[in-house]
Amino acid sequence: FSGAGGGNDIQWCFSQVKGAVDDDVAEADIISTVEFNHSGELLATGDKGGRVVIFQQEQENKTQSHSRGEYNVYSTFQSHEPEFDYLKSLEIEEKINKIRWLPQKNAAQFLLSTNDKTIKLWKISERDKRPEGYNLKEEDGRYRDPTTVTTLRVPVFRPMDLMVEASPRRIFANAHTYHINSISINSDYETYLSADDLRINLWHLEITDRSFNIVDIKPANMEELTEVITAAEFHPNSCSTFVYSSSKGTIRLCDMRASALCDRHSKLFEEPEDPSNRSFFSEIISSISDVKFSHSGRYMMTRDYLSVKIWDLNMENRPVETYQVHEYLRSKLCSLYENDCIFDKFECCWNGSDRQVEFFSLCTSGSYNNFFRMFDRNTKRDITLEASRENNKPRTVLKPRKVCASGKRKKDEISVDSLDFNKKILHTAWHPKENIIAVATTNNLYIFQDKMN
Amino acid sequence: PLGTGAFTEETGQEKQDAQEKGRAVPPERAEEAKLKAKYPNLGQKPGGSDFLMKRLQKGQKYFDSGDYNMAKAKMKNKQLPSAGPDKNLVTGDHIPTPQDLPQRKSSLVTSKLAG
Repeated sequence: FSGAGGGNDIQWCFSQVKGAVDDDVAEADIISTVEFNHSGELLATGDKGGRVVIFQQEQENKTQSHSRGEYNVYSTFQSHEPEFDYLKSLEIEEKINKIRWLPQKNAAQFLLSTNDKTIKLWKISERDKRPEGYNLKEEDGRYRDPTTVTTLRVPVFRPMDLMVEASPRRIFANAHTYHINSISINSDYETYLSADDLRINLWHLEITDRSFNIVDIKPANMEELTEVITAAEFHPNSCSTFVYSSSKGTIRLCDMRASALCDRHSKLFEEPEDPSNRSFFSEIISSISDVKFSHSGRYMMTRDYLSVKIWDLNMENRPVETYQVHEYLRSKLCSLYENDCIFDKFECCWNGSDRQVEFFSLCTSGSYNNFFRMFDRNTKRDITLEASRENNKPRTVLKPRKVCASGKRKKDEISVDSLDFNKKILHTAWHPKENIIAVATTNNLYIFQDKMN
Repeated sequence: PLGTGAFTEETGQEKQDAQEKGRAVPPERAEEAKLKAKYPNLGQKPGGSDFLMKRLQKGQKYFDSGDYNMAKAKMKNKQLPSAGPDKNLVTGDHIPTPQDLPQRKSSLVTSKLAG
């Protein structure tokens, strides 16, 4: 929908790219999560090496009024380390699965980061002054001989170069037997949930030595296991409501007021299956890899292997809209199963909005060949864009891409067989207020902006 | 199922193809047939438990320190049977050594995103 006219059309332009250019990607550099904070001023990434990098948006340049601030490195720290659980003979990856920001309450910023087993609350604070002029200490910290002190002075704060420090304030450990896939902060800003394959726990941000189990789908006999939890999220406004998605393509909405253990859902969202279409792959591709509430909480978006679906919380029996991300892959499922790509977990995101009304709403999700897709719910138009260093001229509108499913390939189209399945865009994030998106390729972070007129 | 909502050239093409094929096998079933032809012993359960169990067991390593130490004590100067070329499968009959288990060190290098 770029260039087609109409007030709501966004024209995406390349803004920045972060990360190494070389093709030889170290495992540790694989980006595993991307998240803007509530104001959009900060953008955090987590990687397979357990590191977090936070970028900060520059203040808008008054002279260059047509470009929004650039994102530059603000802080970077090692959030998680690899561990080995000797008791269970289990290797615990340091990969950061999710980052979620807390809303800002004071000068410092707080975020939750999690790997497979442990969630950590990090405080990121600035220091731009330091005390000088102590009586008993030299500037380098050495103690002075007290007998040499003949006068007294009052130490004062003097400005220093900005230093950004990250410190772990809480460690929430030992509550998950299985691998954590989601964390979600409640709208009460006091509690949050963490979900693994079979259980969901509720924590208080101040309390690390206990958490409440609120969902447990582990069967008494593991042989009867048919379904796992794939994602979970709190409702944006209702502090007792949350949803979780499953590997069978269902979403369950639970209300914590109904009972302490929310094993019985309040609502079950499931699209009836077309029995003529059932195959070995059906369940695998129906597995939901991400679920995100809309800003008002009226809708939720889910991503399964081939599509993005929009659900109205008032209607459980089918989604209100379905958007095909890469339907042409349906005839490639055999090879995608063999190379494990069929198990790739794509995320999805809504456009930012500080309005409660969703008149203008867009959905974004990634695909292969460093392509990502956007769907406009109002016009029903969609676009495919590419995150590539070849498109890196700022303020040049990105050219839409097209995949040719079969038959004659037109000029500028790419055939399905030429797609690079190692170039996956699993993580995308939309600035909460502006038309700025962050798109992660394997080891690079791209930032795209709306071309301002 | 092909959904409502977005019309794209890709889905338009797909719909056309399906209609043309009419009586032909839907793409998913054709892919399933391909897979079964390659792997005839593939589980009868569609999708299901095999994947889930594999997912739950991610990270599981097999190293029995008791076996290792007893074998070390018995053999003394003799060479311990070590893992074969596939170092990732440290289990079963041979005695794994600490060298066989992949080293996990934390990243000492700063992320290249910050560079």
